[in-house]
Amino acid sequence: MLWVDKYRPKTLDKVTVHDQVAQNLRKLVSEQDCPHLLFYGPSGSGKKTLILALIKQMFGAGAEKVKMENKTWKIDTGTRTLEIELAMLSSAHHVEMNPSDAGFQDRYVVQEVIKEMAKNRPIDAKGKRAFKVLVLNEVDKLSREAQHSLRRTMEKYSASCRLILCCNSSSKVTEAVRSRCLNVRVNAPSEDQIVQVLEIIGKKENLHLPAGFAARIAAQSNRNLRRAILFFETCKVQQYPFASNQVAPPLDWEQYVSEIATDILTEQSPKRLYAVRQKFYELLVNCIPPESILKKLLTELLKKLDADLKHEICHWAAHYALCMQEHKMRLGSKAIFHLEAFVAKFMSIYKEFLVATFG
Amino acid sequence: MAPLVPMSQPWVEKYRPRQVKDVAHQEEVVRVLTNTLQTADLPHMLFYGPPGTGKTTTALAIAYQLYGPELYKSRVLELNASDDRGINVVRTKIKDFAAVAVGTARKAGYPCPPYKMIILDEADSMTEDAQNALRRTMETYSKVTRFFFICNYISRIIEPLASRCAKFRFKPLSEEVMSSRIMHICNEESLNLDAQALSTLSAISQGDLRRAITYLQSAARLFGSSISSSDLISVSGVIPEDVVKSLLAACRSGEFDVANKEVSNIIADGYPVSQLMAQFLDVIVSADDIPDEQKARICKKLGETDKCLVDGADEYLQLLDVASETIRALFDMPQTLVF
Ligand SMILES: Nc1ncnc2c1ncn2[C@@H]1O[C@H](COP(=O)(O)OP(=O)(O)OP(=O)(O)O)[C@@H](O)[C@H]1O
Ligand SMILES: [Mg+2]
Repeated sequence: MLWVDKYRPKTLDKVTVHDQVAQNLRKLVSEQDCPHLLFYGPSGSGKKTLILALIKQMFGAGAEKVKMENKTWKIDTGTRTLEIELAMLSSAHHVEMNPSDAGFQDRYVVQEVIKEMAKNRPIDAKGKRAFKVLVLNEVDKLSREAQHSLRRTMEKYSASCRLILCCNSSSKVTEAVRSRCLNVRVNAPSEDQIVQVLEIIGKKENLHLPAGFAARIAAQSNRNLRRAILFFETCKVQQYPFASNQVAPPLDWEQYVSEIATDILTEQSPKRLYAVRQKFYELLVNCIPPESILKKLLTELLKKLDADLKHEICHWAAHYALCMQEHKMRLGSKAIFHLEAFVAKFMSIYKEFLVATFG
Repeated sequence: MAPLVPMSQPWVEKYRPRQVKDVAHQEEVVRVLTNTLQTADLPHMLFYGPPGTGKTTTALAIAYQLYGPELYKSRVLELNASDDRGINVVRTKIKDFAAVAVGTARKAGYPCPPYKMIILDEADSMTEDAQNALRRTMETYSKVTRFFFICNYISRIIEPLASRCAKFRFKPLSEEVMSSRIMHICNEESLNLDAQALSTLSAISQGDLRRAITYLQSAARLFGSSISSSDLISVSGVIPEDVVKSLLAACRSGEFDVANKEVSNIIADGYPVSQLMAQFLDVIVSADDIPDEQKARICKKLGETDKCLVDGADEYLQLLDVASETIRALFDMPQTLVF
């Protein structure tokens, strides 16, 4: 088992980083009438850990007996029958799924699953909770239609089905859905907190950490705890005892994007643009999200640019990221065009800058 | 068994008014409706307005008051976005429902008018085609049915449908109105809320009573029966003033990298950018030392960015773009580079 899973706190008392949030959650579910919840915060900040611990708090160990299945829904749209398959994790008390994986059909999934759960409502025996919990991940990626269709359903079945929604960016969740939940912010841990977690893991694994080692990993992780723990484990595999100056190797794809940045800083030409396109393809077929590629590329470029250019380039990055998003909504993902357009834009601005500065 | 059901419901449902007269202060709406309820002659209706202002509540309350609990099932059809599966299903469902003649059954104490009621909640998520199809259905059954459309955005309802309805706009609730409903709940739940806490609660829920009730319930669970203003702020997730101010301070430094660092931290802390920008706008507008021209430039950017966020833009990149434009405005740098 990976350390990220092995050292995931299983109960709310054991949660170290967000202990205050954890305590609050425990009080919140002390009665049967807690509201729907929306957890939001950056990736790797610990939302999932809190949610799992919360469910355990609500239902006890029974909620840990989960099974994974690929469920198929047959949906009659009036004109034809759709079949949608989606992975689903469930216990006797809860169901967890990622409805945005169903793409344009996401709304059918959220509609069906809630109604189905409401139908199979658990019989209340001996003070056990009379509702089931439905965990929906990545709700910020749900289509507008799917979010809209959650509105009334969330209210109507609130006695038998409680929702826990989870997302990175709550700005992308419609106001009507946010209004129906208690919003819980889960901030990324600070570097100090990450160091603490790493030290605890080090202790449990009986490892000796040279001075400054944990801090270096924490700094490298961009406040992403999951990443920090993965880096830590990679280092262990790479070399133990740790060298005093050891660092985790950067992720492959990030390394690749840095190379793209160097490529376009050194030469601005149609030929280079073409070469870069091949690299983008490579990244995309490896399922690296195009927004992440664009953001990483921007970060790398910003390291090398003059102040004036930074403003200009960050503006265009924001612009093309938005195009990418709009495109996805309308026409399916042709993210490559926008990545390429950004690079072309960059090249023309940068070239003009070079000519103006150095003649 | 039965009493368990309400117990496991969140307060927003527990305190959903059952009677039109208890719907807090959608004054105009309530007045007109109470009148029509007496004569039991309703037009088709369209309720629109922001979340948590009582639209669904009112529609359901009307239905209950007209038919009473026993006839409700046979006279009222509630369809919402989660039932809507394209034109055909909606059409057949409505036809099937409308085509069965209303019985003459009456219940003492209820007006029981001789028509059925169809509530289309979340009508704004119906496709235009589906709405067009409804037009005809509405005409066909106009004698025996009344339609209620409910939505957040009236602009998503096609004109021919909207024009057939009496329209009611539900406004964000005023502080007074919210307070009186909140006080009512506090009494029922034996909670103590001082005047300051009460006004804070209205302020942070921005006219959305559902949100206010959720905050109240959460605060009650976390802090017990005596709830202070700061308790409410802590459950609401309002962005602390410091965060907003330090973003402005970073921009004032004129250093792109300083601003970028601040933006990254804000994103890592998980603050919702749309909300942050609303607060940033307030800080900019009230800053005495920023000339109007610069303010205008920043505000324009904030407006554009808000739209981008609605369209699903990346939060980090948008906020960085705002910070960058703010720096450029504050230092009178041109918006695009000229070489
Ligand atoms: N005017 C009001 N008077 C009393 N309670 C209200 C009022 N508005 C909202 N509430 C409370 O908020 C809850 C949600 O209200 P309601 O379902 O009517 O909102 P809505 O206007 O339909 O919102 P949405 O657009 O999100 O569907 C109700 O259960 C009730 O507790
Ligand atoms: Mg409603």
